[in-house]
Amino acid sequence: MSNNSKADQLLGWVNARFPLTKMWEEQWGKYAAPKNFNFWYYFGSLAALVLVIQIVTGIFLTMNYKPDAQTAFYAVEYIMRDVPGGWLIRYMHSTGASMFFVVVYLHMFRGLLYGSYKAPRELIWIFGVMIFLALMGEAFMGYLLPWGQMSFWGAQVIVNLFGSVPFIGPDLAVWIRGDYVVSDVTLNRFFALHVIALPLVLIGLVAAHLMALHEVGSNNPDGVEVKKQPKDPKTGLYLDAIYSHPYYTIKDIYGVVVFLIVFSAILFFFPTGGGYFLEDNNFFPADPLKTPPHIAPVWYFTPFYAILRAIPPLFGSQFPGVALMGLAVISFALLPWLDRSPVKSIRYRGNIYKIALALFVVAFCGLGYLGVLPSTPSRTVLARIYSVIYFAFFYLMPFYTKIDKVKPVPSRVTM
Amino acid sequence: MKFKSISKKILALACVVPMFAMANEGGPTLDKFDVNTHDLESLQRGAQTFANYCLSCHSAQAMRFNGLADIGIPDQQVKDNMLFAADKVTDPMKVALNPKEAKGFFGATPPDLSVIARARGADWLYTYLRSFYRDPSRPTGWNNVVFDKVGMPHVLWELQGEQHAVFKTEKNAEGQSVQVLEKLELVKAGTLTSLSGGKANTADYDQKVGDLVNFLVWMGEPHQNLREQLGYAVLLFLGILLLPFVYLLKRDYWKEIH
Repeated sequence: MSNNSKADQLLGWVNARFPLTKMWEEQWGKYAAPKNFNFWYYFGSLAALVLVIQIVTGIFLTMNYKPDAQTAFYAVEYIMRDVPGGWLIRYMHSTGASMFFVVVYLHMFRGLLYGSYKAPRELIWIFGVMIFLALMGEAFMGYLLPWGQMSFWGAQVIVNLFGSVPFIGPDLAVWIRGDYVVSDVTLNRFFALHVIALPLVLIGLVAAHLMALHEVGSNNPDGVEVKKQPKDPKTGLYLDAIYSHPYYTIKDIYGVVVFLIVFSAILFFFPTGGGYFLEDNNFFPADPLKTPPHIAPVWYFTPFYAILRAIPPLFGSQFPGVALMGLAVISFALLPWLDRSPVKSIRYRGNIYKIALALFVVAFCGLGYLGVLPSTPSRTVLARIYSVIYFAFFYLMPFYTKIDKVKPVPSRVTM
Repeated sequence: MKFKSISKKILALACVVPMFAMANEGGPTLDKFDVNTHDLESLQRGAQTFANYCLSCHSAQAMRFNGLADIGIPDQQVKDNMLFAADKVTDPMKVALNPKEAKGFFGATPPDLSVIARARGADWLYTYLRSFYRDPSRPTGWNNVVFDKVGMPHVLWELQGEQHAVFKTEKNAEGQSVQVLEKLELVKAGTLTSLSGGKANTADYDQKVGDLVNFLVWMGEPHQNLREQLGYAVLLFLGILLLPFVYLLKRDYWKEIH
């Protein structure tokens, strides 16, 4: 085994100069994870996988795309037709965008199920909400780049929202666009933000999210703090903990393969996602003189868009809707302080929280559904009801989690 | 566990909700068209119709002439039959028509058709191309059921003949009488349609339009057949080869965890 010892020597040489083994062991190899992760715990590693897919495919798209209002639309078609393998790279990127939100929403829902945001994991959660915000910005800027009708008018509508901010609004909107309307200037700056600025922010936040997690330790479906357990004298590990490697390495790889099957099925057979991942109207080139009759954002923004539309204007200003839409996102960051329950996991919470969470899911999905449809009076009423439920979930939480009857949390996890 | 069933219900709900989200915008009902981008002969016939009837006013600038080799039309044939405004078979399908002049002729620049099938959908195109009718109030003398006051004249009229619109009177929501289109009636046969005893036979024309729509759908994404073929290979590899292997490996490692 002379080879092995040569490799060991090299590793020793590196380790004397850079904490390679130490980092690996702290962040993954010797990271003590609870042994009872279930289905909901696949989505963290899957989100990381999609981030990698987006970055790698994004690099290759950038090599062939032209951020110019005259050429952008057909640059995408050039990638789809003339660049070898270009269609595959582009569909991976467009499918990846939607799947990013699918896994992130499921990952966030896991946090709500098991109280993963509660002490001592507040910072992990806040980094996560910041990732979600950055991801929304990244997706919004990226959607402008194909320069189709929905790209253009979607961006026009969203940027105009900033214009409704009192006093500074109009100047703010011009500052964002770099022009009085969405134009070539906007396309260029959104391209810069999409391919370098926001990805850097995202990667930094993901690193912080993971470092904070591996410092504090993972929550689990029982909400039992495994790091507070005594250590098993045989293994030197907490009683209900196992090393991430190889156990969660292999489990996550299994999750990755299942995910890739779903991902490939969409990519190869339904790349437009029935008009929800790639909207039909976005195959018309952007035309600043022709407003489409119905402008809907991509599906992952529709719950928030529906809240925006549901809020009536105040003194002719859309600002209340815009503010509440912003609050709808920011509210997630406040969860660690809104939740007064002594237990983390839904398994040991009372019926009030279970009902509240179920109502929240119905409201969130309902808002998402209404957000893709043109509004009618009856739909607006429904959207208002859902919006009230949405905010009630957050802002009544200090009361209903306090009075909710909880069950005792066991000292050991259940498998 | 009780919770598990709740979470399953929530998950099921979350999956079902988007399916109802099919926005129904109203408008005329569209005839269904079964796209078949594997039928090379249909695609070739459609390409010929496209070159003869569409390509003089509509560009398809994302498509290169020699890309037609993928549906079995060799470069020489393209050179002999289709190169009107272009010089080389590697050129994109552009038109000689000046966009400004075109706007003067038709009221709007004829749109590029590279991805029109992706924007409009096959059913819309299939219905649109069969729904022109005589309307003396329009500058071109033609109107269309699915695209009211369309600027485009009925370029296929020699093939289809002439249709007239039959209107009926209906009451609208406010109780006023309004003229509603009931149906289109073929009143003069074209070269691909026939009239016998008041009965219209449009099968040949429908087929001609069908071939053209097939071609437009193919042109919207020329690699779509390859995409599906590759998809089967990828899914077979992931599902049949990799998944059982990874599952067994995982089960083996996790045997010792209780």
